[in-house]
Amino acid sequence: MRLTSVRLGYVPLIDAAPLIVAAELGFAAEEGLEFSLLRLGAWAQARDMLGAGLIEAAHMLAPMPVAQAMGLGPALPDLDLVMFLSQGGQAVAVSAALAARMRDLGHDFDFRDARKAGEALRRAAPERLRVGVPFHFSTQLELMQHWLGVCGFDAAPEVVTVPPPLMAESMAAGEVDAFCVGEPWASSAVDRGVAALLLPGTAVWASPPEKGLVLRRDFIAAEPEMTGALMRAIWRAGRWLDERENRDTAAEILSRREYLDLPAELAERGLTGRLQVTPSGEIRHVPGFVAFHAGAATFPWKSLAALFAQRIARRYGLQPDAAMRRAMAHFRTDLYRQHLRAAGAALPGASARLEGALTEDREVGAEKGQMILRADAFFDGTVFEPPFAD
Amino acid sequence: MDKRLSIVVIEPDPERAAPIVDGLREIGDHDIRIISEETGLARHIAEFRPDIVLIDLANPSRDVLEELALASGPTERPVAMFVDRSDEHLTRAAVEAGISAYVVDGLRPDRIKPILDAAIARFHMFQRMRAELAATRAALEERKVIDRAKAVLMKARGIDEEAAYALLRKTAMDQGKRVAEIAQQLVLAAGLLSCG
Repeated sequence: MRLTSVRLGYVPLIDAAPLIVAAELGFAAEEGLEFSLLRLGAWAQARDMLGAGLIEAAHMLAPMPVAQAMGLGPALPDLDLVMFLSQGGQAVAVSAALAARMRDLGHDFDFRDARKAGEALRRAAPERLRVGVPFHFSTQLELMQHWLGVCGFDAAPEVVTVPPPLMAESMAAGEVDAFCVGEPWASSAVDRGVAALLLPGTAVWASPPEKGLVLRRDFIAAEPEMTGALMRAIWRAGRWLDERENRDTAAEILSRREYLDLPAELAERGLTGRLQVTPSGEIRHVPGFVAFHAGAATFPWKSLAALFAQRIARRYGLQPDAAMRRAMAHFRTDLYRQHLRAAGAALPGASARLEGALTEDREVGAEKGQMILRADAFFDGTVFEPPFAD
Repeated sequence: MDKRLSIVVIEPDPERAAPIVDGLREIGDHDIRIISEETGLARHIAEFRPDIVLIDLANPSRDVLEELALASGPTERPVAMFVDRSDEHLTRAAVEAGISAYVVDGLRPDRIKPILDAAIARFHMFQRMRAELAATRAALEERKVIDRAKAVLMKARGIDEEAAYALLRKTAMDQGKRVAEIAQQLVLAAGLLSCG
Protein backbone atom coordinates (compact mmCIF):
# COMPACT_ATOMS: atom_id res chain seq x y z
CA MET A 1 0.00 0.00 0.00
CA ARG A 2 1.24 3.44 -0.84
CA LEU A 3 1.38 5.71 2.21
CA THR A 4 0.40 9.36 2.17
CA SER A 5 2.96 11.59 3.79
CA VAL A 6 1.81 14.00 6.52
CA ARG A 7 4.07 16.54 8.23
CA LEU A 8 3.50 17.03 11.95
CA GLY A 9 5.30 19.41 14.29
CA TYR A 10 5.89 18.64 17.95
CA VAL A 11 7.76 20.24 20.82
CA PRO A 12 9.89 17.72 22.76
CA LEU A 13 7.77 16.88 25.82
CA ILE A 14 6.35 13.60 27.11
CA ASP A 15 2.90 14.62 25.90
CA ALA A 16 4.08 14.49 22.29
CA ALA A 17 3.85 10.73 22.83
CA PRO A 18 0.63 10.12 20.83
CA LEU A 19 2.26 11.51 17.66
CA ILE A 20 5.51 9.65 18.14
CA VAL A 21 3.84 6.37 19.10
CA ALA A 22 1.45 6.60 16.15
CA ALA A 23 4.46 6.95 13.84
CA GLU A 24 6.64 4.30 15.51
CA LEU A 25 4.12 1.56 16.28
CA GLY A 26 2.27 1.52 12.98
CA PHE A 27 -0.97 3.28 13.95
CA ALA A 28 -0.25 5.84 11.22
CA ALA A 29 0.59 3.22 8.60
CA GLU A 30 -2.59 1.34 9.50
CA GLU A 31 -4.49 4.43 8.33
CA GLY A 32 -2.38 4.74 5.18
CA LEU A 33 -0.27 7.58 6.53
CA GLU A 34 3.42 8.12 6.85
CA PHE A 35 4.19 10.66 9.58
CA SER A 36 7.06 13.00 8.98
CA LEU A 37 7.69 14.33 12.49
CA LEU A 38 9.44 17.66 12.91
CA ARG A 39 10.90 18.52 16.29
CA LEU A 40 10.22 22.21 16.97
CA GLY A 41 11.90 24.65 19.32
CA ALA A 42 9.11 27.09 20.15
CA TRP A 43 5.32 27.14 20.39
CA ALA A 44 5.27 30.18 18.15
CA GLN A 45 7.12 28.08 15.57
CA ALA A 46 4.39 25.43 15.61
CA ARG A 47 1.75 28.10 15.03
CA ASP A 48 3.70 29.89 12.27
CA MET A 49 4.65 26.74 10.37
CA LEU A 50 1.06 25.55 10.50
CA GLY A 51 -0.09 28.96 9.31
CA ALA A 52 2.38 28.94 6.42
CA GLY A 53 1.39 25.41 5.41
CA LEU A 54 4.83 23.94 6.13
CA ILE A 55 3.25 21.32 8.39
CA GLU A 56 -0.24 19.83 8.22
CA ALA A 57 -0.79 19.37 11.96
CA ALA A 58 0.76 20.49 15.21
CA HIS A 59 1.04 19.35 18.83
CA MET A 60 0.01 22.59 20.51
CA LEU A 61 -0.87 24.06 23.89
CA ALA A 62 -4.66 23.82 24.12
CA PRO A 63 -5.19 27.55 24.88
CA MET A 64 -3.20 28.63 21.80
CA PRO A 65 -5.95 28.08 19.21
CA VAL A 66 -8.32 29.82 21.67
CA ALA A 67 -6.10 32.93 21.80
CA GLN A 68 -5.64 32.79 18.04
CA ALA A 69 -9.44 32.69 17.59
CA MET A 70 -9.70 35.77 19.82
CA GLY A 71 -7.30 37.71 17.60
CA LEU A 72 -4.42 37.58 20.10
CA GLY A 73 -1.86 36.40 17.58
CA PRO A 74 -0.59 37.08 14.10
CA ALA A 75 -3.03 37.16 11.19
CA LEU A 76 -2.98 33.53 10.06
CA PRO A 77 -5.52 31.19 8.45
CA ASP A 78 -8.05 29.77 10.95
CA LEU A 79 -6.64 27.07 13.23
CA ASP A 80 -8.92 24.39 14.72
CA LEU A 81 -8.35 21.98 17.58
CA VAL A 82 -9.80 18.63 16.51
CA MET A 83 -8.97 16.59 19.63
CA PHE A 84 -6.98 16.82 22.84
CA LEU A 85 -3.74 14.87 22.88
CA SER A 86 -3.29 14.83 26.66
CA GLN A 87 -4.51 15.94 30.04
CA GLY A 88 -2.16 16.67 32.94
CA GLY A 89 1.57 16.07 32.63
CA GLN A 90 2.54 19.38 34.27
CA ALA A 91 4.36 19.87 37.55
CA VAL A 92 4.77 22.91 39.79
CA ALA A 93 8.28 23.41 41.18
CA VAL A 94 9.88 25.83 43.61
CA SER A 95 13.52 26.87 43.87
CA ALA A 96 15.81 24.93 46.21
CA ALA A 97 16.05 27.98 48.50
CA LEU A 98 12.28 28.37 48.69
CA ALA A 99 11.88 24.62 49.23
CA ALA A 100 14.28 24.77 52.18
CA ARG A 101 12.32 27.66 53.76
CA MET A 102 9.04 25.80 53.25
CA ARG A 103 10.47 22.71 54.89
CA ASP A 104 11.73 24.77 57.83
CA LEU A 105 8.19 26.06 58.24
CA GLY A 106 6.94 22.48 58.37
CA HIS A 107 5.80 21.65 54.83
CA ASP A 108 6.15 17.94 54.02
CA PHE A 109 6.13 18.05 50.18
CA ASP A 110 3.33 15.48 49.97
CA PHE A 111 2.88 16.43 46.28
CA ARG A 112 -0.88 16.12 46.72
CA ASP A 113 -2.66 18.83 48.67
CA ALA A 114 -2.85 22.05 46.63
CA ARG A 115 -4.29 24.18 49.42
CA LYS A 116 -1.70 23.09 51.96
CA ALA A 117 1.13 23.61 49.45
CA GLY A 118 -0.24 27.03 48.47
CA GLU A 119 -0.42 28.20 52.06
CA ALA A 120 3.07 26.91 52.80
CA LEU A 121 4.35 28.74 49.73
CA ARG A 122 2.61 31.96 50.75
CA ARG A 123 4.30 31.89 54.15
CA ALA A 124 7.74 31.22 52.69
CA ALA A 125 7.60 33.26 49.50
CA PRO A 126 9.10 36.67 48.81
CA GLU A 127 6.75 39.64 48.63
CA ARG A 128 6.14 39.25 44.94
CA LEU A 129 6.51 35.72 43.65
CA ARG A 130 8.03 35.33 40.18
CA VAL A 131 6.56 32.39 38.32
CA GLY A 132 7.84 30.84 35.09
CA VAL A 133 5.44 29.34 32.53
CA PRO A 134 6.25 28.05 29.03
CA PHE A 135 3.92 30.35 27.13
CA HIS A 136 1.50 33.17 27.86
CA PHE A 137 -1.36 31.08 26.48
CA SER A 138 -0.90 27.81 28.33
CA THR A 139 -2.65 25.53 30.77
CA GLN A 140 0.40 26.04 33.02
CA LEU A 141 -0.35 29.75 33.30
CA GLU A 142 -4.04 29.11 34.02
CA LEU A 143 -3.17 26.54 36.69
CA MET A 144 -0.74 28.87 38.44
CA GLN A 145 -3.03 31.90 38.35
CA HIS A 146 -6.00 29.93 39.60
CA TRP A 147 -4.07 28.16 42.34
CA LEU A 148 -2.17 31.20 43.63
CA GLY A 149 -5.29 33.35 43.35
CA VAL A 150 -7.31 30.98 45.52
CA CYS A 151 -4.47 30.64 48.03
CA GLY A 152 -4.68 34.34 48.83
CA PHE A 153 -1.37 35.81 47.75
CA ASP A 154 -1.44 39.53 48.55
CA ALA A 155 0.35 40.65 45.41
CA ALA A 156 -0.47 39.03 42.08
CA PRO A 157 2.52 36.92 41.07
CA GLU A 158 4.77 38.15 38.29
CA VAL A 159 4.34 35.61 35.50
CA VAL A 160 7.19 35.34 33.01
CA THR A 161 7.60 33.21 29.92
CA VAL A 162 10.54 30.80 30.06
CA PRO A 163 11.13 28.18 27.34
CA PRO A 164 10.85 24.72 28.99
CA PRO A 165 14.45 23.63 28.28
CA LEU A 166 15.64 26.84 30.01
CA MET A 167 13.39 26.49 33.06
CA ALA A 168 16.12 24.96 35.25
CA GLU A 169 18.68 27.52 34.13
CA SER A 170 16.33 30.39 34.78
CA MET A 171 15.72 29.12 38.28
CA ALA A 172 19.43 28.58 38.88
CA ALA A 173 20.04 32.18 37.76
CA GLY A 174 17.50 33.39 40.33
CA GLU A 175 15.11 34.76 37.71
CA VAL A 176 12.07 32.79 38.90
CA ASP A 177 11.06 31.50 42.35
CA ALA A 178 8.63 28.91 41.04
CA PHE A 179 7.50 27.47 37.72
CA CYS A 180 4.93 25.20 36.16
CA VAL A 181 6.06 23.17 33.16
CA GLY A 182 5.33 19.95 31.31
CA GLU A 183 7.46 16.89 31.92
CA PRO A 184 10.32 16.03 31.58
CA TRP A 185 11.47 19.61 32.25
CA ALA A 186 10.39 19.79 35.89
CA SER A 187 12.16 16.50 36.67
CA SER A 188 15.18 17.74 34.77
CA ALA A 189 15.39 20.78 37.09
CA VAL A 190 15.18 18.47 40.13
CA ASP A 191 18.05 16.41 38.74
CA ARG A 192 20.12 19.55 38.35
CA GLY A 193 19.57 20.22 42.04
CA VAL A 194 17.94 23.61 41.55
CA ALA A 195 14.29 22.77 42.24
CA ALA A 196 11.85 20.69 44.28
CA LEU A 197 8.50 19.57 42.93
CA LEU A 198 5.58 20.92 44.90
CA LEU A 199 2.48 19.70 43.06
CA PRO A 200 1.33 17.90 39.96
CA GLY A 201 -1.00 19.96 37.75
CA THR A 202 -3.73 17.43 38.53
CA ALA A 203 -3.70 18.47 42.22
CA VAL A 204 -4.97 21.91 41.18
CA TRP A 205 -7.38 20.77 38.47
CA ALA A 206 -7.99 17.02 38.24
CA SER A 207 -8.00 16.84 34.42
CA PRO A 208 -6.26 19.88 33.04
CA PRO A 209 -6.45 19.70 29.22
CA GLU A 210 -2.89 20.21 28.07
CA LYS A 211 -2.09 19.65 24.39
CA GLY A 212 -4.32 19.53 21.37
CA LEU A 213 -4.00 18.38 17.79
CA VAL A 214 -4.37 21.55 15.74
CA LEU A 215 -4.94 21.80 11.98
CA ARG A 216 -5.77 24.56 9.55
CA ARG A 217 -9.48 24.85 8.88
CA ASP A 218 -8.94 25.08 5.12
CA PHE A 219 -6.87 21.87 5.22
CA ILE A 220 -9.63 20.07 7.15
CA ALA A 221 -12.17 21.16 4.53
CA ALA A 222 -9.96 20.22 1.58
CA GLU A 223 -8.71 16.89 3.01
CA PRO A 224 -11.51 15.35 5.09
CA GLU A 225 -10.21 11.81 4.64
CA MET A 226 -6.66 12.61 5.61
CA THR A 227 -7.96 14.54 8.62
CA GLY A 228 -9.99 11.52 9.73
CA ALA A 229 -7.09 9.13 9.20
CA LEU A 230 -4.77 11.39 11.18
CA MET A 231 -7.23 11.64 14.07
CA ARG A 232 -7.86 7.90 14.20
CA ALA A 233 -4.16 7.03 14.12
CA ILE A 234 -3.40 9.40 16.98
CA TRP A 235 -6.49 8.39 18.95
CA ARG A 236 -5.41 4.72 18.77
CA ALA A 237 -1.90 5.66 19.83
CA GLY A 238 -3.44 7.40 22.86
CA ARG A 239 -5.43 4.27 23.68
CA TRP A 240 -2.22 2.22 23.53
CA LEU A 241 -0.47 4.75 25.76
CA ASP A 242 -3.15 4.53 28.44
CA GLU A 243 -2.52 0.79 28.89
CA ARG A 244 -0.35 1.10 31.95
CA GLU A 245 2.07 -1.65 30.94
CA ASN A 246 2.95 0.27 27.78
CA ARG A 247 4.28 3.36 29.52
CA ASP A 248 7.83 2.01 30.00
CA THR A 249 8.04 1.14 26.32
CA ALA A 250 6.74 4.59 25.46
CA ALA A 251 9.48 6.14 27.60
CA GLU A 252 12.09 4.13 25.70
CA ILE A 253 10.76 5.27 22.34
CA LEU A 254 10.41 8.92 23.34
CA SER A 255 13.89 9.11 24.80
CA ARG A 256 15.57 8.29 21.48
CA ARG A 257 17.94 10.78 20.03
CA GLU A 258 15.62 11.81 17.21
CA TYR A 259 12.80 12.62 19.66
CA LEU A 260 13.43 13.89 23.21
CA ASP A 261 17.09 12.87 23.26
CA LEU A 262 17.39 12.29 27.00
CA PRO A 263 17.71 9.33 29.39
CA ALA A 264 14.65 7.04 29.26
CA GLU A 265 14.56 7.14 33.04
CA LEU A 266 13.75 10.87 32.92
CA ALA A 267 10.87 10.48 30.45
CA GLU A 268 9.62 7.51 32.47
CA ARG A 269 8.98 9.57 35.61
CA GLY A 270 6.16 11.60 34.14
CA LEU A 271 4.82 8.78 31.99
CA THR A 272 4.54 6.36 34.91
CA GLY A 273 3.58 9.04 37.45
CA ARG A 274 6.46 8.12 39.75
CA LEU A 275 8.17 11.44 40.29
CA GLN A 276 11.26 12.26 42.23
CA VAL A 277 10.28 15.46 44.02
CA THR A 278 13.58 16.51 45.60
CA PRO A 279 17.24 16.27 44.59
CA SER A 280 17.76 14.00 47.62
CA GLY A 281 15.55 11.35 46.01
CA GLU A 282 12.09 11.38 47.60
CA ILE A 283 9.61 9.63 45.30
CA ARG A 284 5.89 10.40 45.04
CA HIS A 285 3.42 8.31 43.12
CA VAL A 286 0.65 10.13 41.22
CA PRO A 287 -1.88 7.87 39.49
CA GLY A 288 -3.21 9.56 36.37
CA PHE A 289 -0.42 12.15 36.29
CA VAL A 290 -0.82 12.31 32.52
CA ALA A 291 -3.70 10.83 30.49
CA PHE A 292 -3.87 10.28 26.74
CA HIS A 293 -7.18 8.50 26.31
CA ALA A 294 -9.13 7.17 29.29
CA GLY A 295 -12.34 8.86 30.41
CA ALA A 296 -12.85 10.72 27.12
CA ALA A 297 -9.58 12.62 27.67
CA THR A 298 -9.35 13.46 23.96
CA PHE A 299 -12.86 14.87 23.50
CA PRO A 300 -12.51 18.60 22.69
CA TRP A 301 -15.28 19.95 24.93
CA LYS A 302 -16.45 23.33 23.70
CA SER A 303 -16.94 24.29 27.34
CA LEU A 304 -13.17 24.06 27.80
CA ALA A 305 -12.65 26.45 24.89
CA ALA A 306 -15.05 28.81 26.66
CA LEU A 307 -13.29 28.39 30.00
CA PHE A 308 -9.91 29.31 28.52
CA ALA A 309 -11.44 32.13 26.46
CA GLN A 310 -13.11 33.72 29.44
CA ARG A 311 -9.93 33.71 31.49
CA ILE A 312 -7.79 35.04 28.64
CA ALA A 313 -10.37 37.71 27.77
CA ARG A 314 -10.37 39.01 31.34
CA ARG A 315 -6.60 39.23 31.35
CA TYR A 316 -6.42 41.16 28.09
CA GLY A 317 -9.46 43.36 28.72
CA LEU A 318 -11.57 41.82 25.96
CA GLN A 319 -15.31 41.14 25.97
CA PRO A 320 -15.70 37.59 27.40
CA ASP A 321 -18.94 36.55 25.67
CA ALA A 322 -17.66 37.32 22.18
CA ALA A 323 -14.36 35.62 23.02
CA MET A 324 -16.10 32.48 24.24
CA ARG A 325 -18.33 32.25 21.17
CA ARG A 326 -15.38 32.59 18.84
CA ALA A 327 -13.23 30.09 20.72
CA MET A 328 -15.95 27.45 20.93
CA ALA A 329 -16.25 27.40 17.14
CA HIS A 330 -12.59 26.34 16.95
CA PHE A 331 -12.98 23.22 19.13
CA ARG A 332 -14.29 20.77 16.56
CA THR A 333 -16.48 18.30 18.41
CA ASP A 334 -18.27 17.77 15.07
CA LEU A 335 -15.11 16.34 13.50
CA TYR A 336 -14.38 14.27 16.58
CA ARG A 337 -17.80 12.65 16.31
CA GLN A 338 -17.63 12.25 12.56
CA HIS A 339 -14.18 10.68 12.38
CA LEU A 340 -13.89 8.75 15.63
CA ARG A 341 -17.39 7.29 15.93
CA ALA A 342 -16.59 4.42 13.58
CA ALA A 343 -13.26 3.82 15.31
CA GLY A 344 -15.19 3.08 18.49
CA ALA A 345 -14.69 6.23 20.53
CA ALA A 346 -17.30 6.75 23.24
CA LEU A 347 -19.13 9.96 22.42
CA PRO A 348 -20.84 12.15 24.99
CA GLY A 349 -24.40 13.28 24.27
CA ALA A 350 -23.53 16.99 24.51
CA SER A 351 -20.52 18.98 23.31
CA ALA A 352 -20.39 21.39 26.24
CA ARG A 353 -20.79 20.68 29.93
CA LEU A 354 -20.32 22.03 33.42
CA GLU A 355 -16.52 22.06 33.89
CA GLY A 356 -15.06 21.08 37.23
CA ALA A 357 -18.16 19.25 38.43
CA LEU A 358 -16.75 15.71 38.78
CA THR A 359 -14.86 14.94 41.98
CA GLU A 360 -14.39 11.36 40.84
CA ASP A 361 -14.63 9.38 37.61
CA ARG A 362 -18.28 8.97 36.72
CA GLU A 363 -20.32 6.80 34.39
CA VAL A 364 -22.69 8.86 32.26
CA GLY A 365 -25.00 8.33 29.30
CA ALA A 366 -23.27 8.44 25.93
CA GLU A 367 -24.46 8.66 22.33
CA LYS A 368 -24.64 4.89 22.58
CA GLY A 369 -24.85 3.22 26.00
CA GLN A 370 -22.68 4.44 28.83
CA MET A 371 -19.23 5.98 29.10
CA ILE A 372 -16.83 6.97 31.87
CA LEU A 373 -15.76 10.58 32.27
CA ARG A 374 -12.59 11.48 34.16
CA ALA A 375 -12.82 13.44 37.41
CA ASP A 376 -12.21 17.10 36.53
CA ALA A 377 -12.72 19.07 39.77
CA PHE A 378 -10.67 22.09 40.76
CA PHE A 379 -9.07 21.80 44.22
CA ASP A 380 -11.24 24.64 45.52
CA GLY A 381 -14.52 23.39 44.03
CA THR A 382 -14.72 26.05 41.30
CA VAL A 383 -17.17 25.13 38.56
CA PHE A 384 -17.50 26.81 35.20
CA GLU A 385 -20.74 26.90 33.30
CA PRO A 386 -20.46 27.96 29.67
CA PRO A 387 -23.11 30.58 28.85
CA PHE A 388 -23.97 28.89 25.54
CA ALA A 389 -24.43 25.26 24.53
CA ASP A 390 -22.26 25.55 21.42
CA MET B 1 15.94 61.11 5.50
CA ASP B 2 14.66 58.22 7.61
CA LYS B 3 16.28 57.76 10.97
CA ARG B 4 18.64 54.85 11.54
CA LEU B 5 16.89 51.71 12.60
CA SER B 6 17.86 49.83 15.68
CA ILE B 7 17.98 46.11 14.92
CA VAL B 8 18.55 43.27 17.35
CA VAL B 9 19.62 39.85 16.13
CA ILE B 10 19.05 37.10 18.70
CA GLU B 11 21.44 34.29 17.88
CA PRO B 12 23.48 32.19 20.32
CA ASP B 13 25.84 30.91 17.59
CA PRO B 14 28.40 33.62 16.74
CA GLU B 15 29.33 31.90 13.49
CA ARG B 16 25.80 32.29 12.39
CA ALA B 17 25.20 35.77 13.76
CA ALA B 18 28.21 37.35 12.01
CA PRO B 19 27.10 36.83 8.39
CA ILE B 20 23.60 38.03 9.20
CA VAL B 21 24.97 41.22 10.68
CA ASP B 22 27.27 41.66 7.65
CA GLY B 23 24.30 41.23 5.36
CA LEU B 24 22.35 43.88 7.25
CA ARG B 25 25.29 46.32 7.19
CA GLU B 26 25.43 46.04 3.41
CA ILE B 27 21.94 47.42 2.99
CA GLY B 28 22.19 50.52 5.13
CA ASP B 29 23.54 52.35 8.10
CA HIS B 30 21.65 50.76 10.96
CA ASP B 31 22.40 50.23 14.61
CA ILE B 32 22.73 46.46 14.89
CA ARG B 33 23.22 44.45 18.04
CA ILE B 34 23.53 40.75 18.68
CA ILE B 35 22.07 39.14 21.78
CA SER B 36 23.60 35.74 22.35
CA GLU B 37 22.67 34.85 25.93
CA GLU B 38 19.36 33.12 26.46
CA THR B 39 18.47 34.28 29.96
CA GLY B 40 17.25 37.77 30.72
CA LEU B 41 16.07 38.30 27.17
CA ALA B 42 13.12 40.52 28.06
CA ARG B 43 15.43 42.78 30.07
CA HIS B 44 17.95 43.11 27.22
CA ILE B 45 15.25 43.92 24.72
CA ALA B 46 13.86 46.58 27.04
CA GLU B 47 17.33 48.15 27.29
CA PHE B 48 17.97 48.28 23.55
CA ARG B 49 14.45 49.34 22.55
CA PRO B 50 14.91 47.93 19.06
CA ASP B 51 12.75 48.74 16.03
CA ILE B 52 13.19 45.24 14.65
CA VAL B 53 14.11 41.95 16.28
CA LEU B 54 15.30 39.09 14.08
CA ILE B 55 15.38 35.56 15.48
CA ASP B 56 15.55 31.98 14.29
CA LEU B 57 12.03 30.60 13.84
CA ALA B 58 12.97 27.60 16.00
CA ASN B 59 14.69 29.52 18.80
CA PRO B 60 12.86 28.67 22.06
CA SER B 61 13.30 32.29 23.14
CA ARG B 62 10.74 33.28 20.55
CA ASP B 63 8.04 32.38 23.02
CA VAL B 64 9.44 35.09 25.31
CA LEU B 65 9.24 37.62 22.47
CA GLU B 66 5.66 36.57 21.83
CA GLU B 67 4.82 37.76 25.31
CA LEU B 68 6.54 41.10 24.69
CA ALA B 69 4.63 41.41 21.45
CA LEU B 70 1.36 41.37 23.39
CA ALA B 71 2.44 43.55 26.29
CA SER B 72 0.95 47.00 25.97
CA GLY B 73 1.63 48.82 29.20
CA PRO B 74 2.21 52.60 29.01
CA THR B 75 5.98 52.31 29.36
CA GLU B 76 6.33 49.36 27.01
CA ARG B 77 7.08 49.66 23.33
CA PRO B 78 4.37 48.06 21.28
CA VAL B 79 5.86 45.34 19.16
CA ALA B 80 4.05 43.32 16.55
CA MET B 81 4.83 40.11 14.82
CA PHE B 82 5.98 40.99 11.36
CA VAL B 83 3.57 38.48 9.87
CA ASP B 84 0.74 40.78 11.00
CA ARG B 85 1.37 43.43 8.43
CA SER B 86 3.41 42.05 5.60
CA ASP B 87 2.51 40.66 2.26
CA GLU B 88 1.94 36.94 2.39
CA HIS B 89 4.84 36.03 0.10
CA LEU B 90 7.44 37.71 2.24
CA THR B 91 6.04 36.11 5.37
CA ARG B 92 6.12 32.69 3.80
CA ALA B 93 9.64 33.24 2.49
CA ALA B 94 10.74 34.15 5.99
CA VAL B 95 9.09 31.11 7.60
CA GLU B 96 10.59 28.85 4.94
CA ALA B 97 14.01 30.34 5.54
CA GLY B 98 13.51 29.69 9.25
CA ILE B 99 13.45 33.30 10.37
CA SER B 100 10.93 35.38 12.26
CA ALA B 101 10.83 39.11 12.78
CA TYR B 102 9.24 41.26 15.44
CA VAL B 103 8.67 44.84 14.46
CA VAL B 104 7.84 47.92 16.47
CA ASP B 105 4.36 49.22 15.87
CA GLY B 106 4.03 51.79 13.11
CA LEU B 107 7.23 51.03 11.22
CA ARG B 108 6.58 51.35 7.50
CA PRO B 109 6.60 48.12 5.46
CA ASP B 110 9.00 49.62 2.88
CA ARG B 111 11.56 50.06 5.65
CA ILE B 112 11.12 46.52 6.91
CA LYS B 113 11.23 44.70 3.58
CA PRO B 114 14.89 45.25 2.61
CA ILE B 115 16.00 44.22 6.06
CA LEU B 116 13.97 41.05 6.03
CA ASP B 117 15.06 40.28 2.47
CA ALA B 118 18.70 40.55 3.50
CA ALA B 119 18.17 38.37 6.56
CA ILE B 120 16.33 35.74 4.53
CA ALA B 121 19.18 35.58 2.01
CA ARG B 122 21.76 35.15 4.78
CA PHE B 123 19.70 32.52 6.56
CA HIS B 124 19.48 30.51 3.34
CA MET B 125 23.20 30.89 2.72
CA PHE B 126 24.01 29.70 6.22
CA GLN B 127 21.71 26.71 5.94
CA ARG B 128 23.31 25.71 2.67
CA MET B 129 26.81 26.03 4.11
CA ARG B 130 25.85 23.97 7.11
CA ALA B 131 24.25 21.29 4.94
CA GLU B 132 27.37 21.14 2.78
CA LEU B 133 29.62 20.87 5.80
CA ALA B 134 27.49 18.09 7.26
CA ALA B 135 27.52 16.22 3.95
CA THR B 136 31.30 16.49 3.67
CA ARG B 137 31.76 15.28 7.23
CA ALA B 138 29.41 12.35 6.70
CA ALA B 139 31.21 11.35 3.51
CA LEU B 140 34.55 11.41 5.32
CA GLU B 141 33.15 9.31 8.16
CA GLU B 142 31.75 6.80 5.71
CA ARG B 143 35.03 6.48 3.90
CA LYS B 144 36.81 5.76 7.17
CA VAL B 145 34.30 3.04 8.07
CA ILE B 146 34.55 1.48 4.60
CA ASP B 147 38.34 1.44 4.89
CA ARG B 148 38.11 -0.31 8.25
CA ALA B 149 35.61 -2.84 6.92
CA LYS B 150 37.89 -3.57 3.97
CA ALA B 151 40.79 -4.17 6.38
CA VAL B 152 38.64 -6.58 8.42
CA LEU B 153 37.73 -8.57 5.31
CA MET B 154 41.27 -8.60 3.93
CA LYS B 155 42.57 -10.00 7.19
CA ALA B 156 39.78 -12.51 7.82
CA ARG B 157 39.56 -13.90 4.29
CA GLY B 158 43.05 -13.29 2.99
CA ILE B 159 41.84 -11.26 0.01
CA ASP B 160 43.17 -8.06 -1.48
CA GLU B 161 41.64 -4.61 -1.14
CA GLU B 162 39.86 -4.67 -4.45
CA ALA B 163 38.21 -8.01 -3.72
CA ALA B 164 37.25 -6.81 -0.26
CA TYR B 165 35.51 -3.77 -1.71
CA ALA B 166 33.79 -5.89 -4.38
CA LEU B 167 32.49 -8.18 -1.64
CA LEU B 168 31.15 -5.24 0.36
CA ARG B 169 29.47 -3.83 -2.71
CA LYS B 170 27.89 -7.12 -3.72
CA THR B 171 26.58 -7.70 -0.19
CA ALA B 172 25.15 -4.20 -0.13
CA MET B 173 23.39 -4.76 -3.45
CA ASP B 174 22.02 -8.12 -2.35
CA GLN B 175 20.68 -6.62 0.87
CA GLY B 176 19.38 -3.50 -0.80
CA LYS B 177 21.52 -1.36 1.48
CA ARG B 178 24.28 1.19 1.09
CA VAL B 179 27.92 0.08 1.16
CA ALA B 180 28.54 2.32 4.17
CA GLU B 181 25.74 0.62 6.12
CA ILE B 182 27.12 -2.86 5.44
CA ALA B 183 30.60 -1.64 6.34
CA GLN B 184 29.26 -0.21 9.60
CA GLN B 185 27.60 -3.50 10.52
CA LEU B 186 30.71 -5.48 9.68
CA VAL B 187 32.96 -3.24 11.75
CA LEU B 188 30.54 -3.44 14.67
CA ALA B 189 30.33 -7.24 14.45
CA ALA B 190 34.10 -7.58 14.12
CA GLY B 191 34.52 -5.40 17.19
CA LEU B 192 32.15 -7.60 19.19
CA LEU B 193 33.86 -10.81 18.10
CA SER B 194 37.38 -9.62 18.79
CA CYS B 195 36.72 -8.40 22.34
CA GLY B 196 37.53 -11.65 24.07
